[in-house]
Amino acid sequence: CKNGPGTGVANSLPRHEPFEQAPMYVAVMTYLGYGLVTLFGYFRDFLRAVGLEKCHVAQERSEQKDFVPLYQDFENFYNRNLYMRVRDNWNRPICSLPGPVFDLMERISDDYNWTFRFTGRTIPNVINVGSYNYLGFAENNVDFLKTVAEKTQEYGVGVCSTRQEIANLSLHQELEQLVANFLGLESSMAFGMGFATNSMNIPALVGKGCLILSDELNHTSLILGARLSGATIRVFKHNNMHSLEKMLREAICSGQPRTHRPWKKILIMVEGIYSMEGSVVRLPEILALKKKYKAYLYLDEAHSIGAVGPTGRGVTELFNVNAADVDIMMGTFTKSFGACGGYIAGKKVLVDYIRRHSHSAIYATAMSPPVTEQVIRAMKCIMGQDGGDEGIRRVRQLAENTRYFRARLKEMGFIIYGNDDSPVVPILLYMPAKVVAFAREMLRRKIGVVVVGFPATPITEARARFCLSAAHTRPMLDQVRLLRPLRLHNCGCFLSMPITISQR
Amino acid sequence: MDFKNLKEYLAWLYFQYLIITGIYVLEPWEKSIFNSVLFSAIAMVIYTTYVFVPIHVRLALEFFSVVQ
Repeated sequence: CKNGPGTGVANSLPRHEPFEQAPMYVAVMTYLGYGLVTLFGYFRDFLRAVGLEKCHVAQERSEQKDFVPLYQDFENFYNRNLYMRVRDNWNRPICSLPGPVFDLMERISDDYNWTFRFTGRTIPNVINVGSYNYLGFAENNVDFLKTVAEKTQEYGVGVCSTRQEIANLSLHQELEQLVANFLGLESSMAFGMGFATNSMNIPALVGKGCLILSDELNHTSLILGARLSGATIRVFKHNNMHSLEKMLREAICSGQPRTHRPWKKILIMVEGIYSMEGSVVRLPEILALKKKYKAYLYLDEAHSIGAVGPTGRGVTELFNVNAADVDIMMGTFTKSFGACGGYIAGKKVLVDYIRRHSHSAIYATAMSPPVTEQVIRAMKCIMGQDGGDEGIRRVRQLAENTRYFRARLKEMGFIIYGNDDSPVVPILLYMPAKVVAFAREMLRRKIGVVVVGFPATPITEARARFCLSAAHTRPMLDQVRLLRPLRLHNCGCFLSMPITISQR
Repeated sequence: MDFKNLKEYLAWLYFQYLIITGIYVLEPWEKSIFNSVLFSAIAMVIYTTYVFVPIHVRLALEFFSVVQ
């Protein structure tokens, strides 16, 4: 049929994915900020070396002073002088479940973040825009969790073995069948840890003599898996099809580096939604390239499964392409299903091979029964198999929240990266002091955000990242955007609004 | 951006200055050091302007034969 899946015709709406550049003065001020704090870092290091100040970090002993220095590289300098000053914004302990609102433990520091102590109080009802809780399945509603409790009573919590030995539960088989049905593929396999799904399975699929073409902004798990496999890795520019095509042509024409033999396999590794940018992969174009040059495609849908697409089936549904065209579909259960673990799905031949040859399948402990049942019930809810429309309501609520939030933020003049459909909303803040002030002021106003700086992002592109959830209500989203204390430059408006703090 | 009085506005401006230069993350005594260094540099610039700019302007005007 003309409009069904598998036609490969991409959605006719133009996908608006700007990566706006900041004005020049913002870049200058960012470098200025880093420069000044670095100067003060050198000054403090001097004081510590002379002995005027107590050194709280690890130091070499006096007998080791003649050897190669251990703590002089940039990473240690950055850690001592930049990260330690502001580290109260990260690793905040949470004492409730990470739903749309949560409780934080209050902790204060008496010596500028070298040590922390808990005051004993909690900060209740902080709005959570940092957890990957896209469909709101991180909940403790007794009715929804009834089957999880039953299965825990039946199977216990620990499995005490690996899949290949004696922990292949019937529950795991049920989960894998369900995942395959959900995605519309032949077969799937589930693993206990999402990161390990990537890093342990890529070595099973490719090896020496193969070529991996990986996107610039791929996640560490993909990079680690690629490096462990021993294949040659080439990186193409983020979402740039010209760069990818050039590399494919070059790879096929010249072959392996010295011998010029043809590559055994060419694997293109991309993600569905990139978590630091919120951008969506250009799937139809990559599929066309893959077919033309006879390469394989590995699609990591960690953030996009359950979160995009009209019924939550991921980027294949968003772009209306046949899921069987993607050779290896990988995803995680952490983000949209409120559990932990990952899966790999595809043709039955592929999944059977992975069952035999993957390190994770042979050596890693199997998924725990309550976690497995949580994924099963979440997936049944999304598919509508539990008899209600709760799942589809959540998927639609997430899409609506995403569109509303992004539109309002753009109206207010922020620089936001990423596709309009992605529930990951990074707001660029650029200056190091601004991200710190942003996180602290937001917490004072009872909103918990995740801010990211160097080294997770390029040094001039520090950002705050909002992860929207279907469990957020409209008033919560309004509170997040209106109680925003720091407004940013509007690069379209020459009357640039400097950041402001409302003293309300 | 509604400020009730001048004091609030000045506090806001000081906060902007802290954020833009990156001084916000430093400890108070480091902030004081930087502020005093910057303040003395600006004071010296103002003093030099006050003392020398009229003389230079007069000389320049004489050179271009505007004032004899």
